[in-house]
Amino acid sequence: MSYSPHTAADRERMLAAIGVGSVDDLFADIPAAVRATRFELPAPLVEQEVRAELARLAGQNRIPQVSFLGAGVYRHLVPSVVSEVIGRAEFSTSYTPYQPEVSQGTLQSIYEFQSLICELTGMEVATASHYDGATATAEAALMACRLTRRHRVAISTAVNPQMRRVLATYCAGPGIEIVEVAADLAEGGTGLTSAATAAGALSDECACLIVQQPNLFGGIEPMAELADAAHAAGALMVAVVEPTSLALLAAPGSYGADIVAAEGQPLGIPASYGGPYVGLMAARMESVRQMPGRLVGATRDGQGRKGYVLTLQAREQHIRREKAASNICTNQALCALAAATFLSAVGPEGLRELADLSSVQARHVASAIEAAGLGERRFSAPYFAEVAIRIPDASRRHAAMAERGIVAGYPLERDYPELADTLLLAATELTTDADIEALVEGLESTR
Amino acid sequence: MSVLERPASGDASGRGAAFTSPEAGEALTIVEPLIFDASRPGRRAVRYPLPSDAARAAASDQPAIPEAAARVTAPRLPEVAELDLLRHFNRLSHLNHAIELGFYPLGSCTMKYNPKVNEWAARLPGLADSHPLDPDALAQGSLELEWLLAELLKEISGFAAISLQPAAGAHGELTGLLMARAYHRSRGEGEQRTKVLVPDSSHGTNPATATMVGYTAVTIPSNARGGIDLEALRAALGPDTAALMITNPSTLGIFEDQIDQVIAAVQGAGAIAYMDGANLNAILGRFRPGEAGFDVMHFNLHKTFSTPHGGGGPGAGPVGVSERLAPFLPTPLPLLVAGDPDEVRRNAWAGRATPGARFALEEADARPTSIGKVRAFTGNFGMFVRAYTYIRSNGGDGLREVSNDAVLAANYLRVRLADAFDLPYDRICKHEVVFSGRRQKRQHGISTLDIAKAILDHRIHPPTIYFPLIVEEALMIEPTETESLETLDAFVEIMHGIAQQASEDPDALRRAPLTTPVGRLDEAAAARRPDLRHAFD
Repeated sequence: MSYSPHTAADRERMLAAIGVGSVDDLFADIPAAVRATRFELPAPLVEQEVRAELARLAGQNRIPQVSFLGAGVYRHLVPSVVSEVIGRAEFSTSYTPYQPEVSQGTLQSIYEFQSLICELTGMEVATASHYDGATATAEAALMACRLTRRHRVAISTAVNPQMRRVLATYCAGPGIEIVEVAADLAEGGTGLTSAATAAGALSDECACLIVQQPNLFGGIEPMAELADAAHAAGALMVAVVEPTSLALLAAPGSYGADIVAAEGQPLGIPASYGGPYVGLMAARMESVRQMPGRLVGATRDGQGRKGYVLTLQAREQHIRREKAASNICTNQALCALAAATFLSAVGPEGLRELADLSSVQARHVASAIEAAGLGERRFSAPYFAEVAIRIPDASRRHAAMAERGIVAGYPLERDYPELADTLLLAATELTTDADIEALVEGLESTR
Repeated sequence: MSVLERPASGDASGRGAAFTSPEAGEALTIVEPLIFDASRPGRRAVRYPLPSDAARAAASDQPAIPEAAARVTAPRLPEVAELDLLRHFNRLSHLNHAIELGFYPLGSCTMKYNPKVNEWAARLPGLADSHPLDPDALAQGSLELEWLLAELLKEISGFAAISLQPAAGAHGELTGLLMARAYHRSRGEGEQRTKVLVPDSSHGTNPATATMVGYTAVTIPSNARGGIDLEALRAALGPDTAALMITNPSTLGIFEDQIDQVIAAVQGAGAIAYMDGANLNAILGRFRPGEAGFDVMHFNLHKTFSTPHGGGGPGAGPVGVSERLAPFLPTPLPLLVAGDPDEVRRNAWAGRATPGARFALEEADARPTSIGKVRAFTGNFGMFVRAYTYIRSNGGDGLREVSNDAVLAANYLRVRLADAFDLPYDRICKHEVVFSGRRQKRQHGISTLDIAKAILDHRIHPPTIYFPLIVEEALMIEPTETESLETLDAFVEIMHGIAQQASEDPDALRRAPLTTPVGRLDEAAAARRPDLRHAFD
């Protein structure tokens, strides 16, 4: 059955008012030739039955007791207060704030979100959110093309491959060419994108240089030098960042980034098998009119009271149609609310503690594996909270350990054939010393 | 200080708590300061453990973050205690209208009840804590759920294959047009087919998507009955047409009663027939777009299958495709790699796992014809959990009832409000009905915006206004199937009252709303002098 409140009598009353004999009459305009001939769906379930079915599916997953898997999605504590706020029906069962007088809660929270993202990134303007970090990165590239009127984008091969694949799809539409800037993945290499390589790959046809900080391998890129290289070619610098790292790493605004894109999942959003997450995007104020997506601004009502509205809508599809900056309509407002609540809950000190603990534990992981003679760091550069380690026979051992509930990170060979036997191991504030012992033990017993 | 400006005593910051004597009958409007205003150095809501000495010692032989890359100034995030944080967001929440507070007949958005059991399901740790890169062996439940949801969507829509990946309806449109283009290219017609036809009643996302894919949007007029003008469509179709994007039922809430001829004409010209599935909630069990011949459609899980709209997302916009577009679907698809599909479905419908069944994500390069990825991983999984729960709760009978009652309610309002407002297309509608406020505008100088603002004073969210663009002073009403007859009747009363007020006391309507936390806001000023973030100083 449905969640409809109507009784048979209600339906009769409505049919009588409409002046038709049956509800089928309301569908008589569907041409006979194309009416549905089948609709064979399972029988309805009452709550206890549907709960059992969902519990069955949840039970088919085996959530590992110990996991060092990151590669763009990180297991962090979701503070109870965050779940409480986004669970409120006033936020979750409202929609895009087209009527600002009855949407000030959503609008002010988005304004606060924009302010928080600006503060975190050191940028002047942030959007109300995007689908995820990968689409935000792709939209950042398209925005750079609009701003520079160029049709080529350069991207480091050390940017997360999920993001690079999405970028490729988005660029295929308008026919934008992608130039890969090879990170130093050689034996004994840094695992970083060098400014010299970037300068060599950039040309006066490139709209932007896209670099991730920290990069896929956790490595800390020379962002200031890379930004200089981009600017020297007349291109924009697009920094793809991990938001919790910004407690310890320089704000993109401080090293000359023109556009910032990020996956906001680490800010209080569960892994949930890939989504929903929230894409972050920030830029300079001078480029605001080429930004895609919703923006909330402050204004006043007739009595001078402060309030918030969707603004600069002349960029958007519902006004501009085929001339819009993007086709984006809905964003990820509830996930942005989670991120705003999270950042307000942890504050500057909490974010620093989280980032510091994650970074210490990542180094603890590498140190423990190296000390036990089980593997060695694949790259020489300093890293934030994720590290690539070469471990002999990694695929087999990864699979064997997974069977025992230990996920030894992400096998990089899946995306980089030259990185065989290399695992990408992430740590967060939830990584305990005992987890690291279990990892070492697992590697030892699968030797 | 005027009454309306008076802040609540003891707001999160403690500011504005100066004593003022309350007056009888005074309506106190909460003015909630920004969270930044509540910040006091040293306050905290969340604390983390410190690294152990052993961890610090072990970490010390690894390279540290170089000074040149380190942050110099800490971000000025708010410093607040947990209670103050909660009060802040709870008070903000009080400033919102929401489905669970009152009627929300926002046309085109399907603001129906979002069942609570769906939220319970999405928060199950076994699902919420599943990492998208977990080995398939550990993610069998997530994969099975995705596979089953795709099977259900296939049966509902009549399409041959599904990708769940797109994150929203507009994202599904992008995916659909990219597949259309890949299809034309595979036939050597990629260069010649450059135009996407859209009716003048279409969502703005349709032409915007065409542009994003590098196509030119061409607008097709509607006929006098609100359907697409078939002759104009036939005239526009040609060897340069890549696709037609058509919403059905249309944004007027009208089923395209020549849809079979539309599809035939489009495909006869070698173009792709794209259905914008935003209004699928009106026709469940009655019309299956894939069966009817469409090549591709996006679903809006947040509309048809009632996942919460979240103040503007997250949604989910899976696409269904015909056989000829299936090779181009985004990658990866969830696959059943061991086990009989019929048996797995039968068992799942009976609440049982299938022994020996195994699911896997398609390998990244397994299908070279794929358009690639449109989003990281496999999509907004949390929305899939909710939609799956909704479909299973309703079952086939419930889903038919969803459409029946949604259409019944919309037609009821169509008839009951027909004397108060003009109805440019006076015929049986589907899940929504579009009135025009042109009579009020011409006779009394009352705009549809005025009417919408007046509705706010009755604790009801106004309908969608000024859309579709082809209706002057449009008022687009979608009551949904979950509103009781009492709610619908009360709405009718209010709309009649407002129509009467338009003729008797139009100035009162121009002053509306009077009871909301803020009055009409100056949007022109907001755009002229953008204030898009908190200024700390």
